[in-house]
Parts: sequence; C-alpha cells; structure tokens
Amino acid sequence: MTEAVGRLQPVPVRKRGLSQRAREEIAGYLCIMPWMLGFLVFTAGAMLFSLGLVFFKTDLLTGFHFVGFGNITKMVADPLFQKSLVVTSYYSFVTVPISLAIGLTIALALNQGLPAQGFWRTLYYLPSVTSGIAVSMLWMYVFHPDVGLLNETLRLVGIQGPRWLSSEKWAVPAFIIMGLWGSGGSILLNLAGLQSIPTHLFEAAKIDGAGTWRQFWNITVPMLSPTIFFNLIMGIIGSFQVFTQALVMTQGGPNNATLTIMLYLYRKGFQQLQFGYSSAIAWALFCIILALTLLVFRSSAVWVYYEGEVRR
Amino acid sequence: MSIPTVMQRAVTGRAAVRKRHNVGAVIAKKASRLLLLVLVALGSVVFVTPFAWMVSSSVKSTEEVMRFPPVWIPSVIHLEHYIEPWHRLPFSLYYRNTLIVVAFNLVGTILSSSIVAYGFARLRFRGRNLLFLILLSTMMLPSQVTLVPTYYLFAKLGWVNSLKPLIIPVYFGSAFNIFLLRQFMMTVPLELDDAAKIDGCGFFSIYWRIIMPLAKAALGVIAIFQFTYDWNDFFNPLIYINSPHNFTIALGLRTLQSTLLYTPMQQVMAMTLVAMTPVLLVFILAQRYFIQGIVITGVKG
Repeated sequence: MTEAVGRLQPVPVRKRGLSQRAREEIAGYLCIMPWMLGFLVFTAGAMLFSLGLVFFKTDLLTGFHFVGFGNITKMVADPLFQKSLVVTSYYSFVTVPISLAIGLTIALALNQGLPAQGFWRTLYYLPSVTSGIAVSMLWMYVFHPDVGLLNETLRLVGIQGPRWLSSEKWAVPAFIIMGLWGSGGSILLNLAGLQSIPTHLFEAAKIDGAGTWRQFWNITVPMLSPTIFFNLIMGIIGSFQVFTQALVMTQGGPNNATLTIMLYLYRKGFQQLQFGYSSAIAWALFCIILALTLLVFRSSAVWVYYEGEVRR
Repeated sequence: MSIPTVMQRAVTGRAAVRKRHNVGAVIAKKASRLLLLVLVALGSVVFVTPFAWMVSSSVKSTEEVMRFPPVWIPSVIHLEHYIEPWHRLPFSLYYRNTLIVVAFNLVGTILSSSIVAYGFARLRFRGRNLLFLILLSTMMLPSQVTLVPTYYLFAKLGWVNSLKPLIIPVYFGSAFNIFLLRQFMMTVPLELDDAAKIDGCGFFSIYWRIIMPLAKAALGVIAIFQFTYDWNDFFNPLIYINSPHNFTIALGLRTLQSTLLYTPMQQVMAMTLVAMTPVLLVFILAQRYFIQGIVITGVKG
C-alpha cells in the first residue's frame, strides 16, 4: 500500500491476493448458488430422471423394468389418454380466448376514468385471488342441479338448467364458466398496459379523423399486444394443467367427461403406481404445451408490436 | 384532449357552430359514460354474486337452503355452521400446519430469492446472462415433468408425509420471485454500491445493508405472492401428505366435503369462506403491492 501511494498510476486494490474483479465473480456465483443447486436437482436432474422413467415400468418401490418404447406405444393407443387430450383441449381452446376477451373488455371499461375505479377493479379481481380448492368447493354448490345458485337463477327466468357436473355434456362447460369467473386475473396487467400507451398517439389519431373504433384497432390493440401475448401464453400453460376442479368436483366423471390430462397423470402415477406410464403422460403434456407456446411465439412476429423494435 | 381544444379556440369564426354541436356531444358523452358505469356495475355483480351466495348459504337453515325462489337474507342467522365443523375435523391443527408452512416459506423465499436476485442484478460474473436466460425459461416449464422424480427424491429422503416437501424447495429460490426482485434491484443506482465499497463494505454487506432495505416494497410483493400461493396450494399437499395430522387447510376442506362425512352444504360453505378470508383480506389491504408486483414482472414479460 505504501508503495502504491508513491506511484502515479493507480494500482488495483488487492485484498487476500484476489483482484476486485475476481472477488466479484466469486461473490456472484455464491449468491446464485441456492438457485443453481435447486435448478440442478429439482429441474435439470429431475427432468433427465423423468425422461429416463418414460422407458421403464416402475412403482418406484420394488424396482425398475426396462420396457423401451412400451409406455409410449401404450399411451398413443390408450383411449382414456385420447379422451383426456380431447377434454383438456376443449376446455383450453374455449376458456383461453373468451377469458382474454373478457379481461380486455373489463380493463378497457375501467380505463375510461370511471368514478371509484379502484373499487370496481377490486371486485373484478377478487375471484382470481382465491384459486384452488376453495373455489372448487364453492362452485360445486353453485352448480348443484337443485339448490345451486346457477340453476335457481335460471329457474327464476323460466329455464330448467342442466345437471351440470353430473351431465356428460355440461360438465366441461361448467368448468369453463368457472374458469371464466377468474378472467379478471388479467385486468391488472391490461390496465397497466393501457396506462402506458402514450396519450399523444390518440391525440394525433383524433386530429387525423380516426374514430373510436379505428383508434382501438390501430393504436390500443397494437400497443397492448405484448400484454395480450403474455396473457395468452400464461393462459395456455395454465389451462392445459387444469386439475383441481376435475379431481375435487367430478373425479374425472361422469364417464370420464372431465378426465383432464393432469388428472389422468395423477391417477396413473399416484393412485395406480404406474410411474413410468405417468411420466410418459407428463412428457406428452409438456410437448403439447411447448408446441403451443412455440406456435404462439412464432406467430407473435406478425401480431405483437414492441415499441422501439425494428421490424425485420 | 388538449390539442383539439386549443385548435377550437383558435378557429374563432366557427365558435358558435362548434358550441351548439358541443352541447349535444357533451350530453351524448355523459350518457355513454353513465351507461358504461351501469354496465361495469352489473358485470361486477356477476363476479361477486358467488361470494355473496356463499355468505348467505353459510348461515341458512336446511329448509331455507332448499327453498325456491331462493332466499338471500335468511330469517334466522345460523352461526352454528361456523362452529360445528371444528368438532367434526381438527381444523385448528390444519390451520396450524398451514401457518407453519407459510411462516417458513416467507422467510425462505425472502432470503433465498433476494440473494440470488442480488447476484443477477448487481454482480458481474461469467455466464450471468446465459444463466439468467435459463432461469427465465424455467418459469415457462410446467412442473408436472419434474413431479415424479421430485416425489421419488423426497420419498428416498423419508420426507413424504411431512411438511418438509412443502417447505424445503422454497429455500432454493423461486424463478418468478427472483425475476421480480432482480427487475426491481436493477433500478437501484449503482453509485450506492460504489459509495459503499469505498466505505469498505463487501458484497454481502452491500446486499444486506443497502439493497435489502431499499427493496422492502418488492420484498413485500413477493411475500404476498408466496403467502397466497402457499395458502391456496392444493396440489403439493395432495401429493406429499397422507396422514391427517399433517393436513393443511386445503386438504382439510376436501376432507370435510368428502362423501363419507355427509357434511351439510352450509357447513362446507362456512368453512370455505373462513379458509378464503385471509387471502381476500391480504389482497384488499395490500392491493397496492399486488399491482406493483404484477406491473414489475408483467409489462417486461
């Protein structure tokens, strides 16, 4: 240190023989260590192990029997697995777009500077805070054919409602209604997105004579497209994993009308102890979600507009 | 809004014509806003009705539950539906277990996610961007692929049927919380770190003494998210816990509803409402944090 004082050129301060740069590097790795370990064990390791399990028949207790592609060929031909694909896709492809539209409509309405905006926002958002079992319990009774809220309301206007959860035809629509009840979940994000659109864009459009509708399609939708994109991805991932309702409200019935992929996976693995087969289903579900996500990502180049991005 | 108004004033010749036109426009605008308000109010009724119905059902007599047309305000308030379930099932034990999980996980997520986020946000090391990209991609990864191996690992460790599988993973940080905190920490000026370094602070004391106090708001956000997640979580307890003395409230509710017990609807509604209340209260009271957290992560995503 005393030597350094005498020199003109500054010398890097050294502590315990390591440069500042190297110390920062070590500190950085130490900081992210918890996540790194978790990632290696619970994500990377687990995924490899899971991929391996696809080729075995195992109950995890008595041993592993190699079956090659046995689980996969069995799965492709399994009518129940096919049924679960249909059920889950039906649920997802109806719920996600309607839910996006409702979330967007509510956000647009709330963004008009209405009185007590925060109050309305809270009311619409409330159902999304209470996910999981409690919501399933509540809706089980809402859908009760005789004393449930829905059929009683329908009867007031003279309609005899269906038997919802115990009807093969109406059980999935019941899940969809319940799913749509939570579509307020996207309004906070939509509102934030709407509020970040610069007002000068609307002013300029007004001067150019654009009406409300033109402004909506040519300014609001493009400027909000990254938010819509995000909600779409999250909606697809979430809806393909629909599980709690199916287990609690219908146990997959009636006649497997609500057998979702996740429920089938759970049944095969944790109820029938066929963990190899269950892993095969997990990977099938993973591939479906990945394919859909990639599809949306690829399509995003066409319809998602990022401010400041140069178009290729 | 302001530019057209300015232009209107500038074109004084047409002012009279404009004014007559404006009266009509103002009325139309007022009417459409009123209509919008009515629609928004009606829509919110649809969203809130199931809650209201749950409250109403939980205090009805059996006769009134069955009655048509439905009674919204029961003639006698039957509060015993809120007491009876506690004799049927050990709900205080379920709540105690849930609170243990929540308490450990709040500490766990705040400590682990913040230190990892600090590393990613403030320190330079080789491979940082690549590792962060991997972290982001794990947020997209549906958990069912890792479910069976994780179960196998916990079974081998002898943790199945204890609260450990619900707690220990949280201490490795969650990708979402790390991402949220990292976005927040990026906004803290780097000059603070430099000043602290000159004062002789090491990296860990910068984390603990400077970044953590500044990140209080963001830590509040992740605490709320973690609380909501653990309180509502049904899947993990379902997978890992079999014996009733380790049940969380989510499993307790399901047991109450199971066909073997023949629990009356009013009691199920009452206990569901009780179970929902903490999360609803936390959301209503801490809404500002909720919104902040969603904005920090969402808009960037």
